[in-house]
Amino acid sequence: MKARTIWRHIKESFKSIKRNGWMSLAAVSAVAVTLLLVGSFIAILLNVNKLASDVEEDVSVRVYIDLAAEEEDQEALQENLEEIEDVELVVYSSRDEELSQVIGSYGDEFGLFDGDDNPLHDVFILNTSAPEATAEVADQAEDLNYVADVNYGGATADRLFEVMETVRNVGAVIIVALIFTAVFLIANTIRITIFSRKTEIEIMKLVGATNWFIRWPFLIEGALIGFIGALIPVSIISYIYLSGFDTMMSYLSGTYFALLPPNPFLIQIVALLLAIGIGIGGFGSALSIRKFLKV
Amino acid sequence: MIEMTNVYKKYPNGITAINGLDVRIDQGDFVYVVGPSGAGKSTFIKMIYREEVPTKGTVKVGDFDLVNLKAKKVPYLRRFVGVVYQDFKLLPRLTVFENVAYAMQVVGKKPKQIQKRVLEVLELVGLKHKVRMFPNELSGGEQQRVAIARAIANMPRVLIADEPTGNLDPETAWGIMDVLEEINNQGTTIIMATHNSDIVNRVRHRVLAVENGRIARDQEEGLYEYEG
Ligand SMILES: Nc1ncnc2c1ncn2[C@@H]1O[C@H](COP(=O)(O)OP(=O)(O)OP(=O)(O)O)[C@@H](O)[C@H]1O
Ligand SMILES: [Mg+2]
Repeated sequence: MKARTIWRHIKESFKSIKRNGWMSLAAVSAVAVTLLLVGSFIAILLNVNKLASDVEEDVSVRVYIDLAAEEEDQEALQENLEEIEDVELVVYSSRDEELSQVIGSYGDEFGLFDGDDNPLHDVFILNTSAPEATAEVADQAEDLNYVADVNYGGATADRLFEVMETVRNVGAVIIVALIFTAVFLIANTIRITIFSRKTEIEIMKLVGATNWFIRWPFLIEGALIGFIGALIPVSIISYIYLSGFDTMMSYLSGTYFALLPPNPFLIQIVALLLAIGIGIGGFGSALSIRKFLKV
Repeated sequence: MIEMTNVYKKYPNGITAINGLDVRIDQGDFVYVVGPSGAGKSTFIKMIYREEVPTKGTVKVGDFDLVNLKAKKVPYLRRFVGVVYQDFKLLPRLTVFENVAYAMQVVGKKPKQIQKRVLEVLELVGLKHKVRMFPNELSGGEQQRVAIARAIANMPRVLIADEPTGNLDPETAWGIMDVLEEINNQGTTIIMATHNSDIVNRVRHRVLAVENGRIARDQEEGLYEYEG
């Protein structure tokens, strides 16, 4: 295509947006509202998912070592624990360290157990590679020698994992459904806008325009409408996320929980919204005029 | 140049508008297509630029075989044949200038060339002072003249006009005839359907009389020979 023709198509599409007045405005608004919905839901759901993962990551298996175990028995146990599949990290914590943690959490009254009166066990703390593996790892650890007890929050943790799994699946379904709705709504709005120009397209054909000569300005016009429509939700979501992020993070400081950082998360959402807007806008209008081109 | 052989056209509603028509029109001819209302004049004309495809028979225009013409090639036929439509078919959102320019942009002409030629043809049809107006701001006759300007902008080899003087007062009608004559003198074939006996009888050209979907009379420098 000649540069002059490309330039002509671009100018033509801007002119058309202007001359179509409220039709363009309606299309832009439809895109903006839909993408605002999609963007907000994605931002919320992915952060809920992130928090859920943080909770899961926080679940570790505590293996209490039998009081009778000698040092070499402990070492042998540690090796055995490290060999269990899905065990990522084994950390040793002595009874003294355990006690000082209890004192730290619950108060100095526990100080009287200090020294030989300490009723606590030495502990191996296991981190699993995947939260789902926790129960299995605990099961295997229980069968090893010199293991007094194994604890991982048992039923509570299992229940938590189940809930998280559901939240995650439902979230994914909602996001996919929302994107589909957005695609459908945007494509439909553009279809209606173009339907009003049916005769126009037929006349263009009659004076000898090729299909692509007619299609290009419509395609660019659709992409522009999608782009402008996407800018609005992109600005709103960016503003709210950036200002809300710091506030939320200061609440969450000192916990295991964190929101998804704006870089790269916000950038990805912005890119997604712009891509949906431009892509559906351009592609949708190119598709919509297809049946009018057969003259 | 234009050749129709044994052409039939039956519309989906069952009406047979063209019923075994044979005709040959040479490059540079000026042809009036006359005949009673409903005789098939418009249908005949529409088959030359492939708005309608014959049910049977062959239509050849220049190098184009219209019956077997691929959809992709149709735009090129439409540039070879300029058409003035009975209902004008102007683009409602474009100004007078832009309507004429559109037909030239389609062909890929340079903006400078377009600018010059558009003003030239608009001057020829006497509308140079209304270039910025939109079609709905023009009278029927003015729209008719814009349609003519657009049809001749690309200097087509064939110009087809379905009742180009139908909506015009006699004076403007004669103005249009002057334009068509001039284009014809430059070598363009003109095919014009008309009910205007005055014009046919005074500016003598070949007359094709269509009746019941066939050529009833084909006469060089013929007369109109119908009432009103
Ligand atoms: N699109 C169509 N669908 C069905 N029938 C049609 C169509 N166009 C024309 N006809 C029929 O075909 C016949 C010829 O019509 P056509 O328009 O060719 O006549 P015409 O000679 O141009 O008449 P006029 O002088 O009134 O313009 C008429 O009987 C008309 O009803
Ligand atoms: Mg007619």
